[in-house]
Amino acid sequence: MDMKLFEYKAKELFRKHGVPVPEGFVVSSADHIRAIPGPVMVKAQVLVGGRGKAGGIKPAQTVEEAREVAARILGMNIRGYIAREVLVEKRLDIAKELYLGITIDRTRRCLLMMASPEGGIDIETVPDNKIMFVPVDPFIGYQPFMGRRIAAFMGLSKDQEAQVVTICQKLMDLMVHEDAELAEVNPLVVTRDGKVVAGDGKVTIDSDALFRHKEFAGFPEDVTPLEEKAKRLDIAFVQLDGNIGVIANGAGLTMATLDSLNMYGGKAGVFLDLGGTDDPKKVKDAVLLMEEAKPKVILLNIFGGITKCDTVAEGVLEALKERDIKVPIVARIKGVNEERGREMLSEAGIIPASGLSEAAEKASKESQR
Amino acid sequence: MAVIVDSNTRLVIQGITGYQGSYHSKAMRDFGTNVVAGVTPGKGGQVVNDIPVFDSTIEAVRKTGANTSCVFVPAPYTRDSVLEAIDAGIKTIVAVTEHVPLHDEIHMVAVARSRGVTLIGPNCPGVASPGKAKVGILPSKIFRKGNIGVVSRSGTLTYEIVNAMTEQKLGQSTCVGIGGDRVPGTGFIDVLELFEKDKQTKQIVLVGEIGGTAEEEAAEYIEEHVSKPVVAYIAGRTAPPGKRMGHAGAIIARGKGTAESKIKALEGAGVKVAGVPTDVPRLLIE
Repeated sequence: MDMKLFEYKAKELFRKHGVPVPEGFVVSSADHIRAIPGPVMVKAQVLVGGRGKAGGIKPAQTVEEAREVAARILGMNIRGYIAREVLVEKRLDIAKELYLGITIDRTRRCLLMMASPEGGIDIETVPDNKIMFVPVDPFIGYQPFMGRRIAAFMGLSKDQEAQVVTICQKLMDLMVHEDAELAEVNPLVVTRDGKVVAGDGKVTIDSDALFRHKEFAGFPEDVTPLEEKAKRLDIAFVQLDGNIGVIANGAGLTMATLDSLNMYGGKAGVFLDLGGTDDPKKVKDAVLLMEEAKPKVILLNIFGGITKCDTVAEGVLEALKERDIKVPIVARIKGVNEERGREMLSEAGIIPASGLSEAAEKASKESQR
Repeated sequence: MAVIVDSNTRLVIQGITGYQGSYHSKAMRDFGTNVVAGVTPGKGGQVVNDIPVFDSTIEAVRKTGANTSCVFVPAPYTRDSVLEAIDAGIKTIVAVTEHVPLHDEIHMVAVARSRGVTLIGPNCPGVASPGKAKVGILPSKIFRKGNIGVVSRSGTLTYEIVNAMTEQKLGQSTCVGIGGDRVPGTGFIDVLELFEKDKQTKQIVLVGEIGGTAEEEAAEYIEEHVSKPVVAYIAGRTAPPGKRMGHAGAIIARGKGTAESKIKALEGAGVKVAGVPTDVPRLLIE
C-alpha cells in the first residue's frame, strides 16, 4: 500500500522543502481554534476528491465563525471518509490557478513533470494543448531548464516565472528526498499581489521506501481496521462490492481468480493477496483475517512453489482449529502432494477443487445460496 | 536456441547464503543451470550446496567467468547489488527481490538499459528455458521443453498458465516473468523482439494485467514487428478503478489501464485473447 498523505502533512513537507504554502494550522476539535491569521478557509482532512462539493471546505472571517464552521465539518462523512481533522488556513486572494505535478512515466521509466496554466480542476479534464509533460531523464536529473520550460508554458509575468522555476526545483527535491511517487500542487495559486503559493497538496510516499524514512512511522492514514491488520501481516487487502472472499497468492493470480468467478456469476467482496508466497503461516493468517471481513464464501486459491500442498492445507486447518469458522470455504491448492492436501481439506469439511475454473464455479454456487 | 538464459549461462547468485538464495541455488542447479558462484559480502570462502561463495561480484566473475546473476538480496540493498553486477561486467541480471523502492528502481533500470544489460525485474519470478537453464524462483516441475515463448507481468499466474500448457503437452522455449512493478528492467517489447528472432520459438503467449499501457504498446509492436502467432490473457477484467490490485502497477488510474482497452488493442493487432487463464492452451492449439 502506498502512503497517501493528508493535505496538511503534504503541506508540512512542502514547507520543509521550500514550496510556499499559506499560513495555517490543523485541529481535531473546534475549541482548539484560538486565533486566525485573518480570513481563513476551513478544510476537511480526508483522502478523497471532491471535498469542496461535499461541503468539506468553507470560508470563515472571524475566530467564532471558524470554530462554528470547523464544528460542522469535523465528523462529517465525505464519501465514506470521516473528517477527523480540519486545516485552518489563511485565505488566498486568487488571481490565477495553475497545476504542477510530478509522477512516474512508466513507458519512459523515469519521473515525469506535468504542468498546466489551468489548475484548480480535475487535471484529467484539461484539454491536451493546455497540459505540458516534461520527462526527467534519470541521467540528467532535474535541471532548471525543465522548470523554465514549464514556467514559460504557464503564461506568467517574469517575476512569477522565476517563482515557478524555484517551486519546480523544490517540489522535485521533495519527490526525490522523501521517496514520493506522487507530488501534486493543484491548484498552484498566483495571488493578486503576485505570489505563487500551493493552494492544495497531494503527496504519496512509496511504502517500499519507508525503511529509510522512520519519520513517517505513525503518520495518520485513512485506513479501516481490517486494512490496518492486513498491512501489518504484509497482505494486500482490497475491499470490493461482492460477497465472495478471495485469498490467493500473487496479484495476477488473485485477479485471474476474480475474473474466473465473474464467468460463473460470482462476485468478489474482498481481495487478499499473500504475494508470491505459499507460506502456511501466512495462509492461516489470511483465512482468519478473511473471516473477519464476513464474506458469504471464502475461496482459497494457492499455487504452490516452494511449500508442499499438504503443508499449506495444514495452515488452513490450523486456522479452523483456532476459530470456529462457519463460512463455507472452497479451496484449491496446486503443487506437490496435491492429492494428500485435498484429502486433508475434505476431511475438515472444506470444499476441495482441483482446477481454477472448478473452484470458481463451486464458490459462485455457494455464494448464491 | 531459447532466449536470455540457456546452456551458455554461467550463474552467480547474489545473496546465496540467505534462505531463498540457498534453496533456489539448488533448485536452479537441479533444473540444469550451470551455477558457478555465490556472493554474500563477508562470507567469502564459504560453500553453499557445493557452490563457492565470494565477498564481491567482481571477484566471482574473475574467478568463475560468471556471465549472469540472480539477485536475492533484501530490498534495501537490491540497487547496490544490481549496480555491483553491472559494474562487474555481468550482462544478464534477474532481480527476484520485491518491494524495491521506486526511486532505486528508476536508477538501476536506467543504468542497466544504457549499458546494454538485460535486467529482468525486480519483483519477478525469473526466466526458465526448459531443458537448458532456469534463473529465478519459478517452480521447475511445471515446465516442458517446447517451442512456445511465454512473457508475463505476473508470477503465480504465469505458473498457472504454463502448468495448463504443459498438461496439454504444449512445451515452452523460454518463459520470462518480467515482474509486476511499474518500472521493470525488461518490458514486453524487449522480450517480444527476442522471441521473434528466436528460431526455437514458434508461438508466443503474453500474460498482462490491468494498469499502465505496456500491453497497448506491446500490441502496437506486435502489429508492426511480430510475425509469429500470439495468444494473450489479461488479468483484472473485473477489477474496479482506483484500487491497487496487489501489484504496484496493477491499478486502473484516471481511466487508463483497463482490461478492455488492452484486450481491444491486442485483438486489433491480431492477437487471440483468452477470457480465463485456462483458455490459453485451447487458443494455442487452434
